[in-house]
Amino acid sequence: MRLHEYQAKLIFSKHGIPIPQGRLASTPGEAKQIAEEIGLPVVLKAQVLSGGRGKAGGVRLVKTMQEVQVEASRILSSQIKDFPVRKLLVDKGVEIRQEIYLGIVSDRSKGQPVIIACGDGGIDIEIIASRTPERIIKTWIDPLIGLRSYQARELANEIDLQKEYWKEFQQIAMSLWQIFQTYDATMAEINPLVINNEGKFLALDAKLSIDDNALMRQRDFLELRDLSAESPEEAEARKFDLSYVKLNGNIGCLVNGAGLAMATMDTIKKCGGEPANFLDIGGGANSEKVSAALMIILSDPKVRSVLINIFGGITRCDEVARGILIALQEVYMRVPLIVRLVGTNAEEGIEILKGQDQITATTLLEAAQLAVTKASGEEI
Amino acid sequence: MSILIDEKSRILVQGITGKEGLFHSEQMRKYGSNIVAGTAPGKGGGWVLESKVPVFDSVAHAIDATGADCSVIFVPARSASDAILESVAAGIELIICITEGIPIMDMLMIKAYMQRSHSRLIGPNSPGILSPGRSKAGIIPGNIAIEGNVGVISRSGTLTYEVVYALKNSSLGVSTCVGIGGDPIIGTTFKDALVMFEGDPQTEYIIMIGEIGGDDEEEAAKVVFSHMSKPVFAYVAGESAPPEKRMGHAGAIIEKGVGSAQSKIEALGKAGVGMAHHPEEFPTLILDLEHKKRGDQ
Repeated sequence: MRLHEYQAKLIFSKHGIPIPQGRLASTPGEAKQIAEEIGLPVVLKAQVLSGGRGKAGGVRLVKTMQEVQVEASRILSSQIKDFPVRKLLVDKGVEIRQEIYLGIVSDRSKGQPVIIACGDGGIDIEIIASRTPERIIKTWIDPLIGLRSYQARELANEIDLQKEYWKEFQQIAMSLWQIFQTYDATMAEINPLVINNEGKFLALDAKLSIDDNALMRQRDFLELRDLSAESPEEAEARKFDLSYVKLNGNIGCLVNGAGLAMATMDTIKKCGGEPANFLDIGGGANSEKVSAALMIILSDPKVRSVLINIFGGITRCDEVARGILIALQEVYMRVPLIVRLVGTNAEEGIEILKGQDQITATTLLEAAQLAVTKASGEEI
Repeated sequence: MSILIDEKSRILVQGITGKEGLFHSEQMRKYGSNIVAGTAPGKGGGWVLESKVPVFDSVAHAIDATGADCSVIFVPARSASDAILESVAAGIELIICITEGIPIMDMLMIKAYMQRSHSRLIGPNSPGILSPGRSKAGIIPGNIAIEGNVGVISRSGTLTYEVVYALKNSSLGVSTCVGIGGDPIIGTTFKDALVMFEGDPQTEYIIMIGEIGGDDEEEAAKVVFSHMSKPVFAYVAGESAPPEKRMGHAGAIIEKGVGSAQSKIEALGKAGVGMAHHPEEFPTLILDLEHKKRGDQ
């Protein structure tokens, strides 16, 4: 779960990381009021959960009150990568002496957290990594003993930070680790961390992502979840504990198991079709889940055929078939339905579905081909 | 032979009185697995599975009384990391964690802690291990595979079942099927399992079932190139998956350009791995190679 910049900044500030003076605004009027309080110039920053915000015009430095009004209303009525901008952070403008990158992520390959620093901040770390990889300094952290002061000092030294700044940099790095650990973060990033012309550090931006698996013990974050960043289908899927991702194609997929769901999408693509979604109904799929899943898939007007691919292991195919049967009574199937049941009690399952308006397939390849042909409207 | 588990494995089930734990313990016993004990804190002294399996309060007690050497974890995510650590501390050799949803921070700590132990962890978020005809530890349905010479390593559940079932339908059997788990931080990786299969006389072919996320497949490709004499085949799921979106498994996500299916397929292909274009293609690939081998002799 990704937090908004303003949410992350509040947490960073609580843990002693200095942030610029600023507040959240929902209207141009509020933005103006905040600007009057903190004084010009200010930076207006769209609060959306997508990257590339700056390039999309979601961040503006403004120097007059009139500009605040104009730019705030422009940003608040804009969309950034399909996300409508609803809130704006109004931060005090800062004169910058130096920009630094500082971030912590989990390194999957090493199975260890890693703190990353770079003497050039302000641009994407991936861009720095491709242009000047030698400028990026990484230090791995033993999660059992945590980040130590000497490691933070070494980082400061290696990014060529002037010695007078080491102490404060070290404190910020230690705070960032504390935040990473305390809140079960998967990423905590300050880019840029700046030194202003008075020689003070400030976190001009803040990124914080929380491990979804840890939300059971980080319950405060559940209230911070921005539901507007989710599509209605994704919200509906969440209610039924279905794993769903909307895609751009026209063939709906309903599968048990994440790996098999991906393989089903891939096979559809190999057969010349485009999957409309990823959907894993999980183990022990009951009729309630199957019909909810079918309804979500069919709510996408682009969908031209639906492929149900079930491998019965512990889940029995006859049970799933009964689920499909009930679902078919509740849901109007406006497009062709292709069903593939394999594994435990597959024959019984197929028997149960006989007489229903559906096409049965034996192999995944065959099922995918049928789904593609039906979606393109050709007769078989 | 097989790898990791066989008929001699003395299996302990952590969380044996829970719904999942009890159901799958019964399935394992029916398959012929040697389930010697279960644990459920506070329920020690009881018996389950027709009063044939004793329940203990702790892993240490269970080991003392039964000599258990392999533990299968079914406890809920909230306490699963504690269950893993309890097994490590008690000295269990092989720990298989079925539980899905363990926080990453817990896994990072467990990884660090386990470096000082001799225990091996499979998972978490794993369907377990099946050595057909010998033993099963986990939730892989026993009836979908027959005993044979193909070793299977996979990050997923039903996709693996699909593959071993396709092998069975072509009369191809499995030495051991290892579900390494779908989480971003896991204990045993592809490369660890590859090395084990290389040393197993029963295994003649190896199948890897990978998916998007991380670089475990790329690391495995290096091991295939430098260490493996046995033919390795692979399928990587998620070629059609969009970046930055989690595809069901916590670990199945292309992040900041790392973990795409294309990168894995390329790395494995370069290392000489035979790539399956779809999951049902494995039997054909293996049978073709067998025919070639026979033709050469």
